[in-house]
Amino acid sequence: MSEQPQGCARVTGTVSSETAPTTEQVELTTQKQEIKMTARVGQKAPDFTAPAYFKGDFTQVKLSDYLGKWVLVCFYPGDFTFV
Amino acid sequence: MISVSVDSHFVHKMWNDYELIKMVDGGIPFHMASDQAGNVGRAFGVYDENQGIELRGRFIIDPDGVIQGMEVLTPPVGRKIGETIRQVQAFQLVRASKGAEATPAGWEPGKPTLKPGPGLVGKVWEVWKPNE
Repeated sequence: MSEQPQGCARVTGTVSSETAPTTEQVELTTQKQEIKMTARVGQKAPDFTAPAYFKGDFTQVKLSDYLGKWVLVCFYPGDFTFV
Repeated sequence: MISVSVDSHFVHKMWNDYELIKMVDGGIPFHMASDQAGNVGRAFGVYDENQGIELRGRFIIDPDGVIQGMEVLTPPVGRKIGETIRQVQAFQLVRASKGAEATPAGWEPGKPTLKPGPGLVGKVWEVWKPNE
């Protein structure tokens, strides 16, 4: 996990396509020019790297850094959205 | 634990420092990840293209990086962490038994597990009572 540069770029999460996509996924990717993977139980989670806020610092978080541990990944609609 | 939304890490900081720290002693103890382009959400199937937000997806990932459990809710209903913890405990027990044991519906730590095999067929009623 490296320190996040203090620039103004609009950084975002990226998916590292470690697992080889199927033919169907490749077609989708070429058609839509975006990564298409569907998470399913019993299959490897898509690995990703994303900028993060953690205890006062801007940093990076990478899912595969947690191999060997149980991990919960929780998505939610947005900060300050009540629920 | 990693949380993910389409907000920037700057907004995560403001939300934690301004509001969440008043609800959680010491602030949020895990990484609050930023996925402004929705790439991670798309990969997990929880990015809503129309609204530009990520649905309430929750994924339990084991030490091998395999998804063992997933739950997705629409935005207005919040989650209950107790059920997620119960599921993690159940998956940990199953993993520790190398698949020899399974946990019946409503299982909680300390309650009996099932040991699937020829001898259990038609006999679950003897070892597991739904109302106990």
